[in-house]
Amino acid sequence: MSVSLSDASIYRFLWVYPALQESVERMKPVGKHSLGASGEISDFQEILRYLDELILYDNMWDDGNSLGPKEVHNYLTRVMYNRRNKFNPLWNSLVLGGVKNGQKYLGMVSMIGVHFEDNHVATGFGNHLARPILRDEWHENLSFEDGVKLLEKCMRVLLYRDRSAVNKLQIAKITEEGVTISQPYALKTFWNFAAFQNPTVGAEGSWKVTITGDSLSLPPSPTMGDSSSTVIDYGNRLDI
Amino acid sequence: MSSIGTGYDLSVTTFSPDGRVFQIEYAAKAVDNSGTVVGIKCKNGIVMGVEKLIASKMMLPGSNRRIHSVHRHSGMAVAGLAADGRQIVARAKAEATNYESVYGEPIPVKELAERVASYVHLCTLYWWLRPFGCGIILGGYDREGPQLYMVEPSGISYRYFGAAIGKGKQAAKTEIEKLKLSEMTCREGIIEIAKIIYKVHDEAKDKAFELEMSWICDESNRKHEKVPEELLEEAKAAAKAALEEMDAD
Repeated sequence: MSVSLSDASIYRFLWVYPALQESVERMKPVGKHSLGASGEISDFQEILRYLDELILYDNMWDDGNSLGPKEVHNYLTRVMYNRRNKFNPLWNSLVLGGVKNGQKYLGMVSMIGVHFEDNHVATGFGNHLARPILRDEWHENLSFEDGVKLLEKCMRVLLYRDRSAVNKLQIAKITEEGVTISQPYALKTFWNFAAFQNPTVGAEGSWKVTITGDSLSLPPSPTMGDSSSTVIDYGNRLDI
Repeated sequence: MSSIGTGYDLSVTTFSPDGRVFQIEYAAKAVDNSGTVVGIKCKNGIVMGVEKLIASKMMLPGSNRRIHSVHRHSGMAVAGLAADGRQIVARAKAEATNYESVYGEPIPVKELAERVASYVHLCTLYWWLRPFGCGIILGGYDREGPQLYMVEPSGISYRYFGAAIGKGKQAAKTEIEKLKLSEMTCREGIIEIAKIIYKVHDEAKDKAFELEMSWICDESNRKHEKVPEELLEEAKAAAKAALEEMDAD
């Protein structure tokens, strides 16, 4: 998900899923721009190879001209659309951000080749959950810090509502000079809602769930014997 | 050295009775007619310089590039027929990207030089192809450090500390041999190359020339790029000053 800001810079968030390794990077700098993807990671890696070659040849010309984000976005659209036409899509939703000659550009390409440019874009669930927030709260003169807060707000919504999300994320800041991608960091979340306190109270025989960690630690439910209780500890994961 | 190989010089697939292939030697003559190209391997990188003879006052400065990047870490300077050179550069670029996509690492300079040399040699094997009329100085920086290779129209390629091709190659080689390359940094190398090119430039025969230089060194992050403006100007000024000193003697 990405947002464009007032001071000729763009930044975006990205979920990082630590399931397979330390962290799978779904956002990479591509020349002076930055490309993020959701979907099939292997296809994303393949796209990065294409773009690597594209940027290399562009740099080797060394003629004072270089591909801007609009051009790279168009190239990606061509690649995605042509693959879809051959019934062999690259299974990704791509977000490309860049700044050239003071012009900010934020574009998206889906796996079927749908492409557009906007002040804020998102992939997957972000389109449904985050973009309404962004539509309301984005404005032309967002500063970097406000933009980060806005995106963190959206990401928190996604974290709460998407069962397969993790609270780690990275921010990329893209300016005319280039891209800086932050280290993955964790969002603080709050799970101490009353409804979570005794989730199995109405369902006799289910797994007993105790939620510990967070700022308060809760005592285990006294209803049944503790042998079959499952403890979900959010303590460690918040401090990543 | 120069002899007319009457009858044995019509095709690149014909040897002469004394074992020479004249077409290849004639191709080398095409290289000798072009502006000087010099390359040196310094302590921490490679510097290459080209004396670009300006054919017409109408040409924009900076046009007619003679030094091309082949990959991030390597570049080549071309002497001789420019169009032939373009072909070789395109082939080298393709070889480099192909190697990287198959093996996942930038092509070692030795490997690149071998591939370029075989390609040049290929065109000396068939009667329906003519040899390339250009010599290449190829510089790169890989895991083994900075390396400099030269490829001739015959397809021979050697690794060098310092190499020169083109009009002033004899004089340039003498000058290079005077330098202590193993102790020189690339910054000093830039000044030395500029001095050499200004020195071997023949004022009488060719009027104006433009100096084009590139380097690959630790300072440029091991990337092949044009020498930065200020350094280039500094080198040109130093070279002109050295010339004036010599003329004053």
